[in-house]
Amino acid sequence: MSESTEIRDRSLRRSRRDRLGEGGDSSADSAAGNRAEPTSRLNPAGKGDGLDLGRIRGQRTARAGTLFLILIIALIAACVLSAAIGQLFIPPLEVVGSLLNKVGLDWLPGPSHDFGEEALWQVRFPRVVMTVLVGAALAVAGAMMQGVFGNPLAEPGVVGVSSGAAVGASASILFGWSFLGAFTTPTFAFVSGLITTFIVYTVSRSGGRTEVITLVLTGVAVNAIAGAAIAYITFAAPTSAREQIVFWQMGSFNGSLWSQVGLILPLIVFGIIIAQTLAPGLDILSLGEKSARHVGINVERLRIIVMAVVALLVSAAVAFCGIIAFVGLVVPHIIRMIIGPGHRLLLPASVLGGAVLLSIADLAARTLVEFADLPIGMLTSLVGGPFFFYLIRRSRKESGGWA
Amino acid sequence: MSIITVGRSAVRRPDFPVAGKPIISVRGAEVSFGERTILDGIDLDIRCGEVLAIVGPNGAGKSTLVNVITADVELEAGKVFIDDEVEYSWSTRELAMRRAVLLQDIGMAFPFTVLEVVEMGRSPWAGMRESQHDDLIVAGSMSRTETVQFAARKFTSLSGGEKARVALARVLAQATPALLLDEPTAPMDIRHQELVLQQARDYASTGGAVVIIVHNLDLAGAYADRIAMISDGSIIADGPPAEVLTADRISDVYDYPVSILADPNTGAPLVVPVRAGRKED
Repeated sequence: MSESTEIRDRSLRRSRRDRLGEGGDSSADSAAGNRAEPTSRLNPAGKGDGLDLGRIRGQRTARAGTLFLILIIALIAACVLSAAIGQLFIPPLEVVGSLLNKVGLDWLPGPSHDFGEEALWQVRFPRVVMTVLVGAALAVAGAMMQGVFGNPLAEPGVVGVSSGAAVGASASILFGWSFLGAFTTPTFAFVSGLITTFIVYTVSRSGGRTEVITLVLTGVAVNAIAGAAIAYITFAAPTSAREQIVFWQMGSFNGSLWSQVGLILPLIVFGIIIAQTLAPGLDILSLGEKSARHVGINVERLRIIVMAVVALLVSAAVAFCGIIAFVGLVVPHIIRMIIGPGHRLLLPASVLGGAVLLSIADLAARTLVEFADLPIGMLTSLVGGPFFFYLIRRSRKESGGWA
Repeated sequence: MSIITVGRSAVRRPDFPVAGKPIISVRGAEVSFGERTILDGIDLDIRCGEVLAIVGPNGAGKSTLVNVITADVELEAGKVFIDDEVEYSWSTRELAMRRAVLLQDIGMAFPFTVLEVVEMGRSPWAGMRESQHDDLIVAGSMSRTETVQFAARKFTSLSGGEKARVALARVLAQATPALLLDEPTAPMDIRHQELVLQQARDYASTGGAVVIIVHNLDLAGAYADRIAMISDGSIIADGPPAEVLTADRISDVYDYPVSILADPNTGAPLVVPVRAGRKED
């Protein structure tokens, strides 16, 4: 008799333990397993309770490490291939050799073709570096914008910041302004990009949050207005400027110059460094504006700095290469799926991911059609558009509507 | 000792809480949205070592009062003092070292893990000596809210009640002298409602001040040291549960007849609405 009560007792205890561990994964089971029977029904002792912080963090770190490694290898491969492939094929080893020779190492022979060296250093390398910079800038800008809007659908192109920046830049091309020297076009892109960013931001927010529908519709309106302005500028422009502006709207890295790289490199590097310092704040902003303030974040200041950095990065990217949409949408999204939404890792991973994506896209733009340099903006939109559809559908399913 | 320069600026740390000392004082707070007066001259002291329950019918101004205390709503008149100083003399971070706030809206924009969410509660202390114990405090808060088993899961994948417990773990991890909880028990089952209120008691017993907004008057009656009842933007009663929770007052304020019973175990007041019951033929 007493034995049977004991058995019942034990099974009761076991069922209670199961209940405590319910709905968990493997870590839940081990946490529940390590748990000593609480002395009272509630209020377990306030110790770690089988919680292995190191292990949970370790899994994350290991994944992130793998991702970074893959991205770095992919980036190097994409850059070397980009430099190798073209109308004049230069074997990848010769590309590497040429680079090594430049820094004084003669481990590998340089290009064997007569014009190889020239093609690499005059045409291909500036273009590759430009592509990497612009891809990094757009992806980081997208990740930051999503962080500050608390919305995974925010993206400079979709929201209209890119076309806003394009208005300033094309106006400076039209009027032939050059009072700031080579900085004129990027400066105008920056100013009009910044203005557009703040317009989008103020219009699309209500009650401290941004609803998807408001954000996307704001983007529609902003893109329409900016589109009209660009159309007028194109109309009013003389033929040469007109060609420049049209080429611009489609986005291309054709004809990238070292001087252009020299201009946008410091801007983009500066922007990325500032972005990284804002990462902890962006994480906490995910709690919502009020709660972020309650844990000590100066939300207003953070938002203004983020918007300025986004405008800086986008306008630097747009200044010479035109509008390249969806990079800032696709890259952070995929990275978030792999290593989670923490900005400390998301932002640097986006730098690499954006660079890889755009390098591959530019290689495709140059090689898909023989003897033609396709506009890269067209390619990224072709891929990014459907991806955007998929995101919209998914977010509808998850939140049960547009809220 | 309370002013120590760490990192970029001189951040004023809070002192250790002293039981009975008011950590937050609201004086003559008036708030109105347009023509509508929401709060009409509120005076309230929130003292260390005490659980204060704020109760009242829907729309009485409870959440607005929390917004007043956290400086999220503009005052028409009156002042809020935190740690003996006017609220606006503190920086956002210094305020976050003095009071943790659990709002009703506990959504996350991105799928952070539960552990990451709880760790966010430690952010006011980043770079200070208090952050040496971050892991211990985070683990302790998760254990006390029974959220350890979710640690590696995504916050957004949890149920409403589980999210509420994780959010509670986050504000516990902030380890501030004052804790403001706006309806933390609303999405929770019985077991976890009791757990939250027991945690509130524990917090107060170590010297913290706890303000909790609850709809369940029985919970307030059983666990609070003091109850402040709000009706139409004014505090109409403020005192020990037995004095505040009277049948006449509750029937009047909530516009529904109730009777008061005594809990057979503790003697705490139980509020039972007068019910017609099913008609048995």
